[in-house]
Amino acid sequence: MKKISTPYLLLIPGMGFLFIFFLLPIFNLAQTSTQTPKGGGDTGQYIQTWRFANYVDAFVANREQFYRSFIYAIIATILALLIAYPLAYAIAFKAGKLKNVMLVLVVAPFFVSFLLRTIAWRQILGEQGFVVPTLRSLHIISSSTTLTSTATAVIAGMTYNFLPFMTLPLYASIDRIDPRTLEASGDLYANAFTTFRKVTLPLSMPGVVAGTLLTFIPAAGDYVNASILGSPQTKMLGNVIESRYFKIVDYPTAAALSFTLMAAILVLVMVYVRKAGTEELV
Amino acid sequence: MSSLSRWFGRNLLRIYAVIAFTYLFIPVAYTFAFSFNDSAKSNLIWKGFTFANWQNPCGAPDVCGALGNSIKIGLLATTFATILGTMIAFALGRHKFRGRSTTNLLIFLPMATPEIVLGASLLSLFLVFKINPGFWPTVIAHVLFCVSFVVVTVKARIASLDPRLEQAAMDLYANEVETFRRVTLPLVAPGIAAAALLAFSLSFDDFIITNFNSGTMNTFPKFIYVSAARGIPAQANVIGSAMFILALSIVIIGQFVGRKRKVS
Repeated sequence: MKKISTPYLLLIPGMGFLFIFFLLPIFNLAQTSTQTPKGGGDTGQYIQTWRFANYVDAFVANREQFYRSFIYAIIATILALLIAYPLAYAIAFKAGKLKNVMLVLVVAPFFVSFLLRTIAWRQILGEQGFVVPTLRSLHIISSSTTLTSTATAVIAGMTYNFLPFMTLPLYASIDRIDPRTLEASGDLYANAFTTFRKVTLPLSMPGVVAGTLLTFIPAAGDYVNASILGSPQTKMLGNVIESRYFKIVDYPTAAALSFTLMAAILVLVMVYVRKAGTEELV
Repeated sequence: MSSLSRWFGRNLLRIYAVIAFTYLFIPVAYTFAFSFNDSAKSNLIWKGFTFANWQNPCGAPDVCGALGNSIKIGLLATTFATILGTMIAFALGRHKFRGRSTTNLLIFLPMATPEIVLGASLLSLFLVFKINPGFWPTVIAHVLFCVSFVVVTVKARIASLDPRLEQAAMDLYANEVETFRRVTLPLVAPGIAAAALLAFSLSFDDFIITNFNSGTMNTFPKFIYVSAARGIPAQANVIGSAMFILALSIVIIGQFVGRKRKVS
């Protein structure tokens, strides 16, 4: 009897916590998303009417921000993967004694608040920084071109901020590869590119999947980069949800948008994991 | 010429790593440099070098109050999340039981949910129960997003343990409690420490969930976000840089202690 109950005793507090503060709020959010205004001029007062058309209204009104969130997040994830892969590879195979130092260096920027770092980018690339005037005096960019308040700046900011999330799982996966498998591939007359495509990449797929998920999920829901580095033309779904909650007190729309975002991410993640999983077997 | 190009070919990855690390550290260097800026209020343009900000880190209004809140929330959330998460990790790592896959799913879901959804849904729950956002709701929110990361980290450590060590302890007539206290726990401890460090840094740096659940209470990231519009005071850079140095020293000391222990 004791043997059976031990794991449950260990689980009860944590699972209870997750039930009350994760599952219950999600259900509550689903309920809120179908409420309608109470009427009578009270803002912020809503009654439960199970109006599922809220979802359609919310989506139609914010289609642009919705697509933008996913496009920005996908581009940032791909960029982070392209930047992080060679870095993780270098740490795993070329760092030698410096391996631990380099791993600490990957995480180190985390310790300066990510907001401070994002604001630092805004200052560096902004009108008062030194990059824009230099590029202008060299006539590389025209006098009206700016680097901040653009979609590029928002995507670059997301790429930068989530880079460690990409690098660490990639490293963990690449580090586990036996270097002899790469040698064997070379012995069998595969060139460097073929070795990478047929040996290294497939063996590092678990890291690629974990890293892209850890980057994509927070990126799709992010609104900090868009509000610090962007302009009103680069608003993402996160910005809309935030302002619906705090400025407009339109809880049903905010809830419907949150739910749509979560559902869309979960669907994308499931399709992706399934696809990446089959690729791994080939 | 050909030897030079060969050198480049051989060291291409190393050169790349240097460039990548430069990219990672540009904003850190900027933050550090501008903590010495002699600016009265808005820290936008370089005005001259001074130690004044470092001598008076609480000089900007409310910056140290916000920092204090962040540290208190971070410590509390880390404690709760580490206890709850470690218990779950032991259940998952050491026991077979019904409902295992459901448990795994419930651990994975908060990590797969964007912060803004976690924050918004918690806030609406608090509003339903007429609980005002503030200190404790923020602590709860932080425990929520830290727990899963603790479980994953500690579970990985438990999975890498050699079960024969515990068997040996049992063979030497240690009972279950003693085995746990003197063999299992010390072996898992580095994993728990790493998880706690991760939880604290996640909590300390969190903005989105905090913004939803903290009400009028200020935290350090909130302070930065709000003052960003008119330029953040140099004191924020001082605190950011100091945290960076502190955390880096903890990691380095941890590495050093770990190596020493391995040698002895």
